[in-house]
Amino acid sequence: MRIADRVRSVPESGIRKFFELAEERDDVISLGVGEPDFSAPWAARTAAIDSLERGRTSYTSNLGKRELREYIAEDVSRWGLEYSPDEEILVTTGASEAVDLALRAFVNPGDTVAVHEPSYISYVPGVRFAGGEPLGVATYAEDDFVLTVESLQKSGAADADVLILCYPNNPTGAVMNERELSAVADFCVDNDILVIADEIYAALTYGREHVSIATLPGMRERTIVINGFSKAFAMTGLRLGYAMGPPAGIDAMNRVHQYTMLSAPTTAQFAAIEALRSCGDAVEEMRSAYNRRRRFVLSRFSEMGLDCFEARGAFYAFPEPGGDDEAFAEDLLESQGVAVVPGSVFGEGGRGHLRVSYATGMRDLKEAMNRMETFLTDR
Amino acid sequence: MAAKRELLDVLSTDARESVDDLARQLDVDPETVEQLIAELEAEGVIHGYQAVIDWDSINDSHVSAFVELNVELDRETGYEEIADRIVKFPTVQSLRLVSGDYDFAIEVTGESMQSVSRFISEQIAPIPEVTQTVTHFIMDTYKDGGMEFGDRDRDDRLSVSP
Repeated sequence: MRIADRVRSVPESGIRKFFELAEERDDVISLGVGEPDFSAPWAARTAAIDSLERGRTSYTSNLGKRELREYIAEDVSRWGLEYSPDEEILVTTGASEAVDLALRAFVNPGDTVAVHEPSYISYVPGVRFAGGEPLGVATYAEDDFVLTVESLQKSGAADADVLILCYPNNPTGAVMNERELSAVADFCVDNDILVIADEIYAALTYGREHVSIATLPGMRERTIVINGFSKAFAMTGLRLGYAMGPPAGIDAMNRVHQYTMLSAPTTAQFAAIEALRSCGDAVEEMRSAYNRRRRFVLSRFSEMGLDCFEARGAFYAFPEPGGDDEAFAEDLLESQGVAVVPGSVFGEGGRGHLRVSYATGMRDLKEAMNRMETFLTDR
Repeated sequence: MAAKRELLDVLSTDARESVDDLARQLDVDPETVEQLIAELEAEGVIHGYQAVIDWDSINDSHVSAFVELNVELDRETGYEEIADRIVKFPTVQSLRLVSGDYDFAIEVTGESMQSVSRFISEQIAPIPEVTQTVTHFIMDTYKDGGMEFGDRDRDDRLSVSP
Protein backbone atom coordinates (compact mmCIF):
# COMPACT_ATOMS: atom_id res chain seq x y z
CA MET A 1 0.00 0.00 0.00
CA ARG A 2 1.09 3.55 -0.64
CA ILE A 3 2.25 4.99 2.70
CA ALA A 4 2.88 8.74 3.05
CA ASP A 5 6.51 9.78 3.51
CA ARG A 6 5.95 11.57 6.80
CA VAL A 7 4.53 8.37 8.29
CA ARG A 8 7.21 6.22 6.72
CA SER A 9 9.85 8.51 8.25
CA VAL A 10 8.74 7.58 11.75
CA PRO A 11 10.18 4.30 13.06
CA GLU A 12 8.19 1.89 15.18
CA SER A 13 8.44 2.58 18.90
CA GLY A 14 11.26 0.76 20.72
CA ILE A 15 8.76 0.09 23.51
CA ARG A 16 6.91 -2.31 21.25
CA LYS A 17 9.78 -4.79 21.26
CA PHE A 18 9.89 -4.94 25.05
CA PHE A 19 6.15 -5.24 25.23
CA GLU A 20 6.30 -8.29 23.01
CA LEU A 21 9.18 -9.85 24.96
CA ALA A 22 7.36 -9.28 28.25
CA GLU A 23 4.09 -10.67 26.88
CA GLU A 24 5.82 -13.96 26.02
CA ARG A 25 6.05 -15.03 29.64
CA ASP A 26 3.58 -15.01 32.48
CA ASP A 27 5.87 -14.64 35.49
CA VAL A 28 6.94 -11.10 34.68
CA ILE A 29 6.78 -8.30 37.20
CA SER A 30 6.53 -5.23 35.05
CA LEU A 31 8.13 -1.97 36.03
CA GLY A 32 7.68 -0.91 32.44
CA VAL A 33 4.20 0.50 32.71
CA GLY A 34 3.57 4.17 31.98
CA GLU A 35 0.23 4.43 33.74
CA PRO A 36 -1.10 4.25 37.30
CA ASP A 37 -1.80 0.85 38.87
CA PHE A 38 -4.78 2.39 40.67
CA SER A 39 -8.21 2.56 39.08
CA ALA A 40 -10.00 5.87 38.66
CA PRO A 41 -11.63 7.01 41.92
CA TRP A 42 -14.94 5.23 42.40
CA ALA A 43 -16.92 8.47 42.61
CA ALA A 44 -15.65 9.46 39.16
CA ARG A 45 -16.50 6.04 37.77
CA THR A 46 -20.04 6.18 39.18
CA ALA A 47 -20.52 9.64 37.67
CA ALA A 48 -19.64 8.15 34.28
CA ILE A 49 -22.03 5.23 34.83
CA ASP A 50 -24.75 7.61 35.98
CA SER A 51 -24.36 9.77 32.88
CA LEU A 52 -24.76 6.68 30.70
CA GLU A 53 -27.86 5.59 32.60
CA ARG A 54 -29.38 9.01 32.04
CA GLY A 55 -28.62 8.68 28.35
CA ARG A 56 -26.08 11.51 28.20
CA THR A 57 -24.36 10.17 25.14
CA SER A 58 -24.34 13.10 22.72
CA TYR A 59 -21.49 15.36 21.63
CA THR A 60 -20.50 18.21 23.89
CA SER A 61 -19.38 21.67 22.82
CA ASN A 62 -16.12 21.56 20.83
CA LEU A 63 -14.31 23.10 23.77
CA GLY A 64 -15.76 20.55 26.19
CA LYS A 65 -18.52 20.84 28.76
CA ARG A 66 -18.67 24.32 30.23
CA GLU A 67 -18.92 22.95 33.80
CA LEU A 68 -15.78 20.89 33.28
CA ARG A 69 -13.85 23.88 31.93
CA GLU A 70 -14.88 25.87 35.00
CA TYR A 71 -13.63 23.13 37.33
CA ILE A 72 -10.38 22.92 35.37
CA ALA A 73 -9.87 26.70 35.63
CA GLU A 74 -10.38 26.47 39.39
CA ASP A 75 -8.11 23.44 39.78
CA VAL A 76 -5.08 24.82 37.92
CA SER A 77 -5.23 28.08 39.88
CA ARG A 78 -3.32 26.22 42.65
CA TRP A 79 -0.25 26.48 40.39
CA GLY A 80 -0.91 30.17 39.73
CA LEU A 81 -2.37 29.44 36.29
CA GLU A 82 -5.30 31.71 35.41
CA TYR A 83 -7.33 30.77 32.34
CA SER A 84 -10.82 31.75 31.30
CA PRO A 85 -13.19 28.77 30.85
CA ASP A 86 -14.81 30.66 27.97
CA GLU A 87 -12.00 30.87 25.48
CA GLU A 88 -8.74 29.73 27.03
CA ILE A 89 -9.40 26.06 27.83
CA LEU A 90 -9.93 23.21 25.36
CA VAL A 91 -10.88 19.73 26.55
CA THR A 92 -9.23 17.04 24.42
CA THR A 93 -9.17 13.29 23.92
CA GLY A 94 -6.23 12.68 26.22
CA ALA A 95 -3.30 15.04 26.63
CA SER A 96 -1.90 13.24 23.57
CA GLU A 97 -4.50 14.87 21.34
CA ALA A 98 -3.65 18.24 22.85
CA VAL A 99 0.04 17.77 21.97
CA ASP A 100 -0.88 16.77 18.43
CA LEU A 101 -3.28 19.72 18.05
CA ALA A 102 -0.65 22.14 19.31
CA LEU A 103 1.94 20.84 16.88
CA ARG A 104 -0.48 21.05 13.97
CA ALA A 105 -1.71 24.49 15.02
CA PHE A 106 1.68 26.11 15.61
CA VAL A 107 4.19 24.34 13.37
CA ASN A 108 4.60 25.27 9.72
CA PRO A 109 6.28 22.82 7.34
CA GLY A 110 10.01 23.05 7.91
CA ASP A 111 9.74 24.77 11.29
CA THR A 112 12.15 23.61 13.95
CA VAL A 113 10.72 22.11 17.12
CA ALA A 114 13.15 21.65 20.00
CA VAL A 115 12.53 18.51 22.08
CA HIS A 116 14.60 17.83 25.17
CA GLU A 117 15.88 14.29 25.46
CA PRO A 118 15.21 11.86 26.96
CA SER A 119 11.51 12.52 26.67
CA TYR A 120 8.15 10.93 26.07
CA ILE A 121 8.21 8.95 22.84
CA SER A 122 5.35 10.74 21.04
CA TYR A 123 6.86 14.19 20.64
CA VAL A 124 9.32 13.53 17.80
CA PRO A 125 6.81 11.56 15.68
CA GLY A 126 4.21 14.26 16.42
CA VAL A 127 6.56 16.93 15.12
CA ARG A 128 7.15 14.93 11.96
CA PHE A 129 3.45 14.32 11.39
CA ALA A 130 2.98 18.10 11.62
CA GLY A 131 5.69 18.62 9.00
CA GLY A 132 8.20 20.09 11.44
CA GLU A 133 11.86 19.26 12.00
CA PRO A 134 12.63 17.89 15.47
CA LEU A 135 15.76 19.19 17.15
CA GLY A 136 17.03 17.09 20.05
CA VAL A 137 18.29 18.99 23.08
CA ALA A 138 20.18 16.82 25.53
CA THR A 139 19.60 16.80 29.26
CA TYR A 140 22.14 15.12 31.52
CA ALA A 141 22.24 12.94 34.57
CA GLU A 142 24.72 15.31 36.20
CA ASP A 143 22.10 18.10 35.93
CA ASP A 144 19.42 15.76 37.34
CA PHE A 145 17.97 15.82 33.80
CA VAL A 146 16.94 19.47 34.08
CA LEU A 147 16.86 21.38 30.78
CA THR A 148 19.61 24.01 30.78
CA VAL A 149 20.16 27.10 28.63
CA GLU A 150 23.70 25.86 27.88
CA SER A 151 22.27 22.74 26.31
CA LEU A 152 19.63 24.72 24.41
CA GLN A 153 22.34 27.00 23.04
CA LYS A 154 24.73 24.20 22.20
CA SER A 155 22.10 22.33 20.21
CA GLY A 156 21.14 25.42 18.20
CA ALA A 157 17.71 25.79 19.79
CA ALA A 158 18.01 29.59 19.59
CA ASP A 159 16.76 29.22 16.01
CA ALA A 160 13.88 26.92 16.98
CA ASP A 161 10.28 28.04 16.52
CA VAL A 162 8.74 25.83 19.16
CA LEU A 163 9.97 24.07 22.31
CA ILE A 164 8.19 21.07 23.82
CA LEU A 165 8.78 21.06 27.55
CA CYS A 166 7.75 18.11 29.72
CA TYR A 167 8.29 18.43 33.50
CA PRO A 168 7.71 16.48 35.69
CA ASN A 169 9.37 14.32 33.08
CA ASN A 170 8.61 10.97 31.59
CA PRO A 171 10.94 8.95 31.54
CA THR A 172 13.34 10.50 34.07
CA GLY A 173 11.00 11.65 36.84
CA ALA A 174 12.91 14.95 36.85
CA VAL A 175 11.22 18.18 37.91
CA MET A 176 12.34 21.78 37.36
CA ASN A 177 12.20 24.52 40.00
CA GLU A 178 11.38 28.18 39.38
CA ARG A 179 14.98 29.29 39.01
CA GLU A 180 15.76 26.60 36.45
CA LEU A 181 12.56 27.31 34.53
CA SER A 182 13.21 31.07 34.57
CA ALA A 183 16.43 30.56 32.65
CA VAL A 184 14.58 28.54 29.99
CA ALA A 185 11.75 31.10 29.96
CA ASP A 186 14.18 33.98 29.34
CA PHE A 187 15.77 31.99 26.54
CA CYS A 188 12.36 31.45 24.92
CA VAL A 189 11.38 35.12 25.26
CA ASP A 190 14.76 36.29 23.87
CA ASN A 191 14.51 33.93 20.91
CA ASP A 192 10.76 34.25 20.35
CA ILE A 193 10.07 30.55 20.89
CA LEU A 194 6.56 29.21 21.49
CA VAL A 195 6.39 26.64 24.29
CA ILE A 196 4.18 23.56 24.43
CA ALA A 197 4.35 22.64 28.12
CA ASP A 198 3.17 19.08 28.73
CA GLU A 199 2.42 19.11 32.45
CA ILE A 200 0.48 15.86 32.63
CA TYR A 201 2.39 14.83 35.78
CA ALA A 202 2.04 18.21 37.52
CA ALA A 203 -0.03 16.78 40.38
CA LEU A 204 2.60 14.10 41.03
CA THR A 205 5.54 15.93 42.58
CA TYR A 206 7.16 14.98 45.86
CA GLY A 207 8.56 17.34 48.44
CA ARG A 208 8.05 20.41 46.30
CA GLU A 209 5.28 22.12 44.38
CA HIS A 210 5.01 22.01 40.62
CA VAL A 211 5.97 25.23 38.83
CA SER A 212 4.47 25.97 35.42
CA ILE A 213 6.62 27.87 32.94
CA ALA A 214 3.47 29.73 31.82
CA THR A 215 3.44 31.62 35.14
CA LEU A 216 6.86 33.18 34.50
CA PRO A 217 7.27 36.72 33.06
CA GLY A 218 6.63 36.97 29.33
CA MET A 219 5.56 33.33 29.03
CA ARG A 220 1.77 33.26 29.27
CA GLU A 221 1.32 34.70 25.80
CA ARG A 222 3.71 32.18 24.23
CA THR A 223 2.80 29.02 26.12
CA ILE A 224 0.21 26.30 25.69
CA VAL A 225 -0.11 24.33 28.92
CA ILE A 226 -1.27 20.75 28.53
CA ASN A 227 -2.58 18.58 31.33
CA GLY A 228 -5.18 15.87 31.79
CA PHE A 229 -6.83 13.30 34.00
CA SER A 230 -4.85 10.19 33.08
CA LYS A 231 -2.06 10.30 35.63
CA ALA A 232 -3.34 12.25 38.65
CA PHE A 233 -6.80 10.65 38.57
CA ALA A 234 -5.72 7.27 37.16
CA MET A 235 -8.07 7.71 34.20
CA THR A 236 -5.77 6.75 31.30
CA GLY A 237 -8.35 4.64 29.49
CA LEU A 238 -11.00 7.34 29.66
CA ARG A 239 -8.84 9.47 27.36
CA LEU A 240 -9.30 12.97 28.68
CA GLY A 241 -6.90 15.89 28.66
CA TYR A 242 -6.96 19.63 28.16
CA ALA A 243 -4.98 22.52 26.77
CA MET A 244 -4.82 26.06 28.13
CA GLY A 245 -3.46 29.17 26.51
CA PRO A 246 -4.24 32.59 25.11
CA PRO A 247 -7.55 32.77 23.17
CA ALA A 248 -5.86 32.91 19.74
CA GLY A 249 -3.86 29.75 20.47
CA ILE A 250 -6.80 27.79 21.86
CA ASP A 251 -8.93 28.96 18.92
CA ALA A 252 -6.31 27.67 16.47
CA MET A 253 -6.14 24.29 18.23
CA ASN A 254 -9.92 24.12 18.41
CA ARG A 255 -10.07 24.64 14.66
CA VAL A 256 -8.18 21.38 14.13
CA HIS A 257 -10.04 19.68 16.99
CA GLN A 258 -13.53 20.57 15.71
CA TYR A 259 -12.84 19.04 12.31
CA THR A 260 -10.93 15.98 13.49
CA MET A 261 -12.37 15.08 16.91
CA LEU A 262 -15.45 17.26 17.25
CA SER A 263 -15.47 16.83 21.02
CA ALA A 264 -13.74 14.81 23.70
CA PRO A 265 -15.53 11.67 24.99
CA THR A 266 -18.70 12.76 26.79
CA THR A 267 -18.74 9.95 29.36
CA ALA A 268 -15.18 10.77 30.33
CA GLN A 269 -16.11 14.43 30.74
CA PHE A 270 -18.76 13.49 33.29
CA ALA A 271 -16.21 11.39 35.15
CA ALA A 272 -13.74 14.28 35.07
CA ILE A 273 -16.24 16.77 36.49
CA GLU A 274 -16.81 14.45 39.45
CA ALA A 275 -13.07 13.82 39.76
CA LEU A 276 -12.37 17.53 40.12
CA ARG A 277 -15.42 18.08 42.30
CA SER A 278 -14.87 15.40 44.91
CA CYS A 279 -11.80 13.23 44.36
CA GLY A 280 -9.01 15.42 45.73
CA ASP A 281 -8.50 13.10 48.70
CA ALA A 282 -8.17 10.07 46.44
CA VAL A 283 -5.47 11.85 44.42
CA GLU A 284 -3.64 12.77 47.60
CA GLU A 285 -3.73 9.15 48.79
CA MET A 286 -2.34 7.91 45.48
CA ARG A 287 0.35 10.60 45.58
CA SER A 288 1.39 9.53 49.09
CA ALA A 289 1.54 5.90 47.97
CA TYR A 290 3.69 6.82 44.94
CA ASN A 291 5.98 8.84 47.17
CA ARG A 292 6.54 5.92 49.55
CA ARG A 293 7.28 3.62 46.63
CA ARG A 294 9.60 6.24 45.15
CA ARG A 295 11.60 6.43 48.37
CA PHE A 296 11.59 2.66 48.64
CA VAL A 297 12.90 2.17 45.11
CA LEU A 298 15.56 4.88 45.40
CA SER A 299 16.64 3.44 48.72
CA ARG A 300 16.91 -0.08 47.27
CA PHE A 301 18.86 1.20 44.26
CA SER A 302 21.30 2.88 46.58
CA GLU A 303 21.72 -0.35 48.56
CA MET A 304 22.39 -2.27 45.32
CA GLY A 305 24.94 0.31 44.29
CA LEU A 306 22.84 1.29 41.28
CA ASP A 307 23.41 4.94 40.35
CA CYS A 308 20.22 6.97 40.37
CA PHE A 309 19.53 10.67 40.82
CA GLU A 310 16.65 11.62 43.10
CA ALA A 311 13.62 11.81 40.83
CA ARG A 312 10.96 14.04 42.40
CA GLY A 313 8.10 13.74 39.96
CA ALA A 314 5.80 11.44 37.97
CA PHE A 315 6.21 7.76 38.94
CA TYR A 316 9.55 6.96 37.37
CA ALA A 317 13.09 6.43 38.56
CA PHE A 318 15.87 6.54 35.99
CA PRO A 319 18.85 4.56 37.22
CA GLU A 320 22.08 4.21 35.30
CA PRO A 321 23.48 0.68 35.39
CA GLY A 322 26.12 1.64 32.82
CA GLY A 323 26.81 -0.12 29.55
CA ASP A 324 24.22 -1.08 26.99
CA ASP A 325 20.80 -0.33 28.44
CA GLU A 326 18.93 -2.42 25.89
CA ALA A 327 21.05 -5.50 26.57
CA PHE A 328 20.68 -4.91 30.31
CA ALA A 329 16.89 -4.69 30.05
CA GLU A 330 16.70 -7.79 27.85
CA ASP A 331 18.93 -9.82 30.18
CA LEU A 332 17.02 -8.66 33.23
CA LEU A 333 13.77 -9.73 31.64
CA GLU A 334 15.24 -13.00 30.44
CA SER A 335 16.93 -14.08 33.66
CA GLN A 336 14.77 -12.52 36.37
CA GLY A 337 11.44 -11.80 34.76
CA VAL A 338 11.53 -8.09 35.56
CA ALA A 339 10.50 -5.72 32.77
CA VAL A 340 11.92 -2.21 32.61
CA VAL A 341 12.22 0.11 29.63
CA PRO A 342 15.69 0.88 28.25
CA GLY A 343 16.39 4.62 28.45
CA SER A 344 17.56 4.85 24.85
CA VAL A 345 13.96 4.28 23.74
CA PHE A 346 13.35 7.85 24.91
CA GLY A 347 16.12 9.39 22.83
CA GLU A 348 19.89 9.58 22.81
CA GLY A 349 20.08 11.24 26.22
CA GLY A 350 18.52 8.19 27.81
CA ARG A 351 21.25 5.82 26.70
CA GLY A 352 22.78 3.80 29.53
CA HIS A 353 19.73 4.33 31.74
CA LEU A 354 16.56 2.40 32.57
CA ARG A 355 13.08 3.74 33.10
CA VAL A 356 11.72 2.05 36.20
CA SER A 357 8.07 2.73 36.85
CA TYR A 358 6.96 2.45 40.45
CA ALA A 359 3.26 2.51 39.50
CA THR A 360 3.11 -1.03 40.87
CA GLY A 361 1.88 -2.43 44.17
CA MET A 362 4.36 -2.56 47.04
CA ARG A 363 4.47 -6.35 47.15
CA ASP A 364 5.50 -6.65 43.49
CA LEU A 365 7.86 -3.74 43.86
CA LYS A 366 9.69 -5.46 46.72
CA GLU A 367 9.98 -8.69 44.78
CA ALA A 368 11.16 -6.85 41.66
CA MET A 369 13.86 -5.03 43.66
CA ASN A 370 15.05 -8.34 45.14
CA ARG A 371 15.26 -9.84 41.67
CA MET A 372 17.14 -6.82 40.35
CA GLU A 373 19.58 -7.12 43.23
CA THR A 374 20.14 -10.79 42.44
CA PHE A 375 20.66 -9.89 38.80
CA LEU A 376 23.23 -7.24 39.63
CA THR A 377 25.06 -9.55 42.05
CA ASP A 378 25.19 -12.40 39.54
CA ARG A 379 26.29 -10.21 36.69
CA MET B 1 4.65 14.77 63.24
CA ALA B 2 4.49 13.88 59.56
CA ALA B 3 6.57 10.69 59.75
CA LYS B 4 4.42 9.33 62.58
CA ARG B 5 1.24 9.99 60.65
CA GLU B 6 2.64 8.40 57.50
CA LEU B 7 3.87 5.42 59.51
CA LEU B 8 0.31 4.91 60.77
CA ASP B 9 -1.03 5.17 57.21
CA VAL B 10 1.30 2.40 56.07
CA LEU B 11 0.78 0.14 59.10
CA SER B 12 -2.99 0.51 58.88
CA THR B 13 -2.87 -1.04 55.40
CA ASP B 14 -0.05 -3.51 56.03
CA ALA B 15 1.09 -4.10 59.60
CA ARG B 16 3.55 -6.76 58.43
CA GLU B 17 5.89 -4.28 56.71
CA SER B 18 9.38 -4.86 58.05
CA VAL B 19 11.17 -2.09 59.89
CA ASP B 20 13.70 -1.86 57.06
CA ASP B 21 11.02 -1.53 54.39
CA LEU B 22 9.18 1.06 56.47
CA ALA B 23 12.40 3.01 56.81
CA ARG B 24 12.94 2.93 53.05
CA GLN B 25 9.41 4.08 52.32
CA LEU B 26 9.47 6.91 54.85
CA ASP B 27 13.04 7.93 54.07
CA VAL B 28 14.21 7.63 57.69
CA ASP B 29 16.60 5.32 59.58
CA PRO B 30 15.38 1.90 60.73
CA GLU B 31 16.23 3.02 64.29
CA THR B 32 13.85 5.96 63.87
CA VAL B 33 11.08 3.62 62.74
CA GLU B 34 11.65 1.39 65.77
CA GLN B 35 11.53 4.40 68.03
CA LEU B 36 8.38 5.85 66.44
CA ILE B 37 6.58 2.53 66.71
CA ALA B 38 7.65 2.17 70.34
CA GLU B 39 6.32 5.68 71.05
CA LEU B 40 3.03 5.03 69.27
CA GLU B 41 2.58 1.84 71.26
CA ALA B 42 3.49 3.51 74.55
CA GLU B 43 1.13 6.40 73.85
CA GLY B 44 -1.73 3.99 73.25
CA VAL B 45 -2.08 5.05 69.62
CA ILE B 46 -1.24 1.57 68.33
CA HIS B 47 -3.05 -1.09 70.34
CA GLY B 48 -2.07 -4.12 68.35
CA TYR B 49 -1.62 -5.77 64.97
CA GLN B 50 -4.21 -8.10 63.49
CA ALA B 51 -4.83 -10.02 60.30
CA VAL B 52 -7.95 -9.20 58.31
CA ILE B 53 -9.59 -12.60 57.95
CA ASP B 54 -12.48 -13.71 55.78
CA TRP B 55 -13.83 -16.29 58.22
CA ASP B 56 -16.46 -17.42 55.74
CA SER B 57 -13.74 -18.73 53.46
CA ILE B 58 -12.67 -21.42 55.91
CA ASN B 59 -14.89 -24.24 57.10
CA ASP B 60 -15.02 -23.23 60.68
CA SER B 61 -17.87 -22.26 62.91
CA HIS B 62 -17.63 -18.54 63.32
CA VAL B 63 -20.67 -16.35 63.85
CA SER B 64 -20.68 -12.60 64.26
CA ALA B 65 -23.42 -10.20 65.16
CA PHE B 66 -23.89 -6.49 65.53
CA VAL B 67 -25.87 -5.62 68.58
CA GLU B 68 -27.69 -2.34 69.13
CA LEU B 69 -27.86 -1.49 72.77
CA ASN B 70 -29.98 1.07 74.55
CA VAL B 71 -29.19 2.07 78.10
CA GLU B 72 -30.64 4.33 80.74
CA LEU B 73 -28.17 6.46 82.66
CA ASP B 74 -28.58 7.57 86.25
CA ARG B 75 -26.64 9.86 88.58
CA GLU B 76 -24.07 7.22 89.47
CA THR B 77 -23.76 5.48 86.13
CA GLY B 78 -22.50 7.03 82.90
CA TYR B 79 -21.63 5.52 79.49
CA GLU B 80 -18.07 4.88 80.66
CA GLU B 81 -19.16 2.74 83.56
CA ILE B 82 -21.43 0.65 81.38
CA ALA B 83 -18.75 0.32 78.68
CA ASP B 84 -16.23 -0.82 81.29
CA ARG B 85 -18.42 -3.76 82.13
CA ILE B 86 -19.13 -4.77 78.57
CA VAL B 87 -15.59 -4.59 77.16
CA LYS B 88 -14.39 -7.20 79.63
CA PHE B 89 -16.19 -10.02 77.80
CA PRO B 90 -13.80 -11.70 75.32
CA THR B 91 -16.82 -12.38 73.10
CA VAL B 92 -17.13 -8.63 72.50
CA GLN B 93 -14.94 -7.69 69.55
CA SER B 94 -15.74 -4.00 69.44
CA LEU B 95 -17.80 -1.56 71.44
CA ARG B 96 -18.67 1.92 70.31
CA LEU B 97 -20.85 4.72 71.60
CA VAL B 98 -22.77 6.02 68.61
CA SER B 99 -25.15 8.82 67.74
CA GLY B 100 -28.65 8.05 66.50
CA ASP B 101 -31.41 5.70 67.55
CA TYR B 102 -29.43 3.66 70.04
CA ASP B 103 -26.49 4.18 72.38
CA PHE B 104 -23.92 1.43 71.90
CA ALA B 105 -22.94 -0.61 68.84
CA ILE B 106 -21.35 -3.92 69.83
CA GLU B 107 -19.75 -6.53 67.65
CA VAL B 108 -19.92 -9.99 69.12
CA THR B 109 -18.49 -13.29 67.86
CA GLY B 110 -19.22 -16.85 68.85
CA GLU B 111 -19.22 -20.41 67.60
CA SER B 112 -22.93 -20.53 66.79
CA MET B 113 -26.00 -18.34 66.63
CA GLN B 114 -27.13 -20.06 69.77
CA SER B 115 -24.02 -19.18 71.73
CA VAL B 116 -24.16 -15.55 70.59
CA SER B 117 -27.87 -15.31 71.49
CA ARG B 118 -27.20 -16.85 74.86
CA PHE B 119 -24.39 -14.41 75.51
CA ILE B 120 -26.64 -11.43 74.76
CA SER B 121 -29.55 -12.68 76.83
CA GLU B 122 -27.48 -13.93 79.75
CA GLN B 123 -24.67 -11.42 79.96
CA ILE B 124 -25.69 -8.18 78.27
CA ALA B 125 -29.45 -7.85 78.67
CA PRO B 126 -29.38 -8.38 82.44
CA ILE B 127 -27.08 -5.38 83.02
CA PRO B 128 -29.34 -3.08 85.07
CA GLU B 129 -28.90 0.00 82.85
CA VAL B 130 -29.62 -1.88 79.63
CA THR B 131 -33.16 -1.23 78.42
CA GLN B 132 -33.11 -2.84 74.99
CA THR B 133 -30.97 -4.99 72.71
CA VAL B 134 -31.42 -5.66 68.99
CA THR B 135 -29.18 -8.37 67.55
CA HIS B 136 -28.25 -8.44 63.84
CA PHE B 137 -26.48 -11.63 62.78
CA ILE B 138 -23.97 -11.04 60.03
CA MET B 139 -24.87 -13.07 56.98
CA ASP B 140 -22.04 -12.17 54.62
CA THR B 141 -19.01 -9.89 54.69
CA TYR B 142 -17.92 -7.99 51.60
CA LYS B 143 -15.31 -5.70 53.09
CA ASP B 144 -13.54 -5.53 56.41
CA GLY B 145 -10.62 -3.53 57.73
CA GLY B 146 -10.61 -1.55 54.49
CA MET B 147 -10.10 -4.71 52.43
CA GLU B 148 -12.52 -5.96 49.82
CA PHE B 149 -13.24 -9.69 50.10
CA GLY B 150 -14.46 -10.15 46.52
CA ASP B 151 -12.35 -10.91 43.48
CA ARG B 152 -9.09 -9.06 43.71
CA ASP B 153 -8.59 -6.35 41.11
CA ARG B 154 -6.89 -7.84 38.11
CA ASP B 155 -4.06 -5.78 36.64
CA ASP B 156 -5.12 -5.60 33.02
CA ARG B 157 -2.64 -2.94 32.00
CA LEU B 158 -0.30 -3.57 29.09
CA SER B 159 2.89 -5.00 30.55
CA VAL B 160 5.02 -2.32 28.91
CA SER B 161 3.70 1.06 27.81
CA PRO B 162 5.14 4.52 27.08
